[in-house]
Amino acid sequence: MASGKGGTGKTTLAVALAQAFGARLLDADVEEPNAHLFLKPALSVEEEVYRMVPSVDESRCTFCGKCKEICRFKAITTLPGTVLVFPEMCHGCYGCLEVCPEGCIEEGQVLLGRLYFGKAQGIELAYGVLEVGEPMASPLIKALKERFLGRDGLQIIDCPPGTSCAVLTAVRGADFCLLVTEPTPFGLHDLRQAARAVRTLGVPAGVIVNRAGLDYPELYPFLEKEGLPLLLEIPNRREIAEAYARGEGLLAVMPELKSSFEKLLEEIRR
Amino acid sequence: MKEILFLSGKGGTGKTTICAALASLWEKPKVIADVDVDASNLPLLLSPRLLSQSPFQAGWEPVRDEGKCTGCGTCREKCRFGAIGEDLTIDPFDCEGCGVCAWFCPEEAIVMKEKEVGKIFLSETPYGPLVHAELYPGEENSGKLVVEVKRRARLLAEEQGLDFILIDGSPGIGCPVIASLSGVSVCILVAEPTLSGLHDLKRLAALLRHFKIPGYLIINKADLAPEMSSELLNSAEREGLSFLGSIPYDPEVFECLRLGQPLPLVSKGPASKALLEINGHVYKNIVGGGEQ
Repeated sequence: MASGKGGTGKTTLAVALAQAFGARLLDADVEEPNAHLFLKPALSVEEEVYRMVPSVDESRCTFCGKCKEICRFKAITTLPGTVLVFPEMCHGCYGCLEVCPEGCIEEGQVLLGRLYFGKAQGIELAYGVLEVGEPMASPLIKALKERFLGRDGLQIIDCPPGTSCAVLTAVRGADFCLLVTEPTPFGLHDLRQAARAVRTLGVPAGVIVNRAGLDYPELYPFLEKEGLPLLLEIPNRREIAEAYARGEGLLAVMPELKSSFEKLLEEIRR
Repeated sequence: MKEILFLSGKGGTGKTTICAALASLWEKPKVIADVDVDASNLPLLLSPRLLSQSPFQAGWEPVRDEGKCTGCGTCREKCRFGAIGEDLTIDPFDCEGCGVCAWFCPEEAIVMKEKEVGKIFLSETPYGPLVHAELYPGEENSGKLVVEVKRRARLLAEEQGLDFILIDGSPGIGCPVIASLSGVSVCILVAEPTLSGLHDLKRLAALLRHFKIPGYLIINKADLAPEMSSELLNSAEREGLSFLGSIPYDPEVFECLRLGQPLPLVSKGPASKALLEINGHVYKNIVGGGEQ
């Protein structure tokens, strides 16, 4: 479940779909995870995820500067008599550890975030929470998928908004990508970007239009031109927005959606 | 020079609509920048006329000279990202561009090539010059592109002697948002009164505290859930955010998007009125100086 533009209804739909089919839901929007707010799971797993950063034993360091030379991320630098490490710049490539002739650089650790898993309302939910101030979401999304993406049964992954590397990390390996959009110029602009991004992964995609009924017909010819099947439309109704604001699920307001979801799944399978 | 950045944590709360509205209401000359580089929507409301564009390079990708490669597999051994397969093909999605493979290749068969990851645009709009950008889909280094957009906006402001930069930011609290915070004078946070909105605002407020940047709050679509709006207000107080005002849910906002114009130019409705009032507060509290 991806979108390009934020706030189009990804999480609402992902939660409703998971509930309708008893699927496992992975909330991969680790910067701002929200699915657990609606599902309130009873957690059975909580794990910390760390990332590697270099830790230098200066007493053995000759300040030769090899570590600085190999690092393309400017995460480590040597000055006469000292070595400075900038953990927020480090990508964890181990280049400095590998290259140090004195072997005085060791693996240090920084808390990247936490992974949670639990059951709620008949479904399983796994989600990640990026530590505030940590820039890189992709490694945590990777860890979430490695740890909790099941092999069997329907698995739904709720992606972060946008089209950058974090989104692709979440979408990669999926059998199908549902792109959620809205009929507005912003929705169309960002859908175009998202569809391009998903295409680079070779993942087939289809579209759910949320807030359908807004008078922006330009969206539909685009879908046709790009060969993106329109799989479902959710009407633009104030009571849906109000129910969402209260934390109520989509199926509670529109129980009739359940049969539309079944058709949607059938079409995806086809 | 004052840099004012619009953020929201959660996506789709109305950052861009509000940023465009304030850009149109501000009488003071300013530079406008859109740093939401993977969903750049601000230009859609500001009728930009493109003046120039340039490619943006950031990061590296390994390129192997198959003639020199002996297939020894050192590159695969040294790569910590699992980006080099058994047949030694390099997967661009897993590759971080660290260059460790190139460094250790005994045949020097791999060179690191700089990578074009996006484009930067300079446009003129009826409301001031606009610096914006496009990150190619799926690219890394959105943070570096954000930094470059901001650098150019600052240069432009200096050249033209302008005192303000209005910046439309990205959702989330990760790499592009952290990159957009450097050098910012104040942040205006746009939140919606929903469970997600409340949760995401708290995380964003924590990020601002981490970087010691003063924050202001605007509640959008406030009347959709009055109780949640008052929770947002309470939370703002606890988090040390100053309140700038609320905007009601107004279907005319959709009209402004459809027409591609800032809301105050096409509507006299309740949202537009609220924005006029908020603009007054912005002038008094932020533009005037007393940002504490």
